[in-house]
Amino acid sequence: MTLPAPEPAAASGEETGLVPAALAVTGVSHSYGRRKVLNDVSFDVRPASFCVLLGLNGAGKSTLFSLITRLYAVQEGQIHIFGFDVNRTPSEALRRLGVVFQARTLDLDLTAGQNLSYHAALHGISRQEARLRAASVLEQVGMAGRTSDKVRTLSGGQMRRVEIARALLHRPRLLLLDEPTVGLDVKARADILKHVRSLVAEAEISVLWATHLIDEVARGDDVVLLHEGRILDRGNAAEIADRAGVPDISAAFKRLTGVAGEGGT
Amino acid sequence: MRPAVTARPIPRRAGFGLIQYARCFGGIVWREALRFWNQRERFVSALVRPLVWLFIFAAGFRTVLGVSIIPPYDTYVLYEVYITPGLIAMIELFSGMQSSLSMVYDREMGNMRSLLVSPFPRWFLLTSKLLAGTAVSLAQVYAFLAIAYFWEIEPPSLWGYLTVLPALILAGLMLGALGMLLSSLIKQLENFAGIMNFVIFPMFFASSALYPLWRVKEGSPWLAFICELNPFTHAVELIRFAFYEEINFLALAVVLGAAIVFLAGAIAAYDPSRGLLTRREGP
Repeated sequence: MTLPAPEPAAASGEETGLVPAALAVTGVSHSYGRRKVLNDVSFDVRPASFCVLLGLNGAGKSTLFSLITRLYAVQEGQIHIFGFDVNRTPSEALRRLGVVFQARTLDLDLTAGQNLSYHAALHGISRQEARLRAASVLEQVGMAGRTSDKVRTLSGGQMRRVEIARALLHRPRLLLLDEPTVGLDVKARADILKHVRSLVAEAEISVLWATHLIDEVARGDDVVLLHEGRILDRGNAAEIADRAGVPDISAAFKRLTGVAGEGGT
Repeated sequence: MRPAVTARPIPRRAGFGLIQYARCFGGIVWREALRFWNQRERFVSALVRPLVWLFIFAAGFRTVLGVSIIPPYDTYVLYEVYITPGLIAMIELFSGMQSSLSMVYDREMGNMRSLLVSPFPRWFLLTSKLLAGTAVSLAQVYAFLAIAYFWEIEPPSLWGYLTVLPALILAGLMLGALGMLLSSLIKQLENFAGIMNFVIFPMFFASSALYPLWRVKEGSPWLAFICELNPFTHAVELIRFAFYEEINFLALAVVLGAAIVFLAGAIAAYDPSRGLLTRREGP
């Protein structure tokens, strides 16, 4: 399937005076040795929008996240965050980015507050300011009373909330979440999804939500459908379903990939 | 997909200033100190190892291994006095390898990612982490020296405790940088035991830590040659001379050079565009 390239403004809009895409991925390919895991991937995330990166396990979502966060260097193609090239101006790009990785990245032996203070320092934020911001973001995610608790004592859902709070601490404009609800119960999943959606509506944060769970996609969401390292389709969930000639995104996923998608319940 | 533009201007932020760099560095040191505090048994075990060598091994071998007058000593010294700089370097060696183990553990647990996605330059983050690890090893060394003082192992004057500090920092940086470089080569935590066999023991035993090089030369010129090439030998000698308020310039040059090479190697290894981690699906 041939897909249209992202809008030119999405790649670098700074010089036009308009705000560029929150995230612009253009022609990105990546290989581990001879094994190609991403093949000419292009899409963008609009500012203040909720975009779902939908794909099965092994589709290439985590590799793409590692490229966006510059854990890996981009081998082919370009990635821009609000117009800043991740490879050329990593500092500017990463300052605008908050990340929740699939694997837990909190230090279990530190308290929730200490984890947030450490993160603040990694962004050059003063300790006093960090304390104020930590109290605020922990309250936002419903963890205000657990600041002094060791992370080890928290449940999986609570750890995720702390990770989201940490990702928001330096006030990013783009939030990446890689399978953030995996391993959580139904209520914790719903709460986290609801909270992140509220960030888009209330704080105008752009979100790229990577998941393999189709029931996390709402009808109005932007969706990037990734399968075996290639983008099969992208656009509004309802539009993708229409293009595939099926009633919903779940059926579209099955038609495009040949595999039934997973729900989370 | 809809056009990716809005009318809201994005605020451009100023680059990081010195204060922000200082905050970042302070945060990394603070986190290492917290981890160290949370693992106090690590501190005790790091002290027990050299003390066993000092109180049992050295005491037992005192009469067997004679040490002739060699610089920086201007008289005969007890064997315990001779091996103390080697044991200090051993503390720093184990501390450096412990940092390496922590980095591999952090990588497996995912903590490493939170460090590496910081907007500060990666060389700065890694160097800060290295300095933080060295600071922790200094606390261990001075605790060991405090105990050794009561065993009548002390520098010629109290200034020795101060003059040895730069040597300890430099040796700690070199060994920590080596640990950092090794951590980039180790894929899994389970492989760390190999480090013990292939790095720590050969480095320690093929050095001047336990016996002077002239003695080694008598037994095996080849082994003495290997010992001379070993940067750990020079770390030991740098500390030995500094403890006696002297400078061993050859040792200083080797330790400084090795520290730079190891750190540059570690930074390159953790560089996303050149590093080993990218090629094998890390970090």
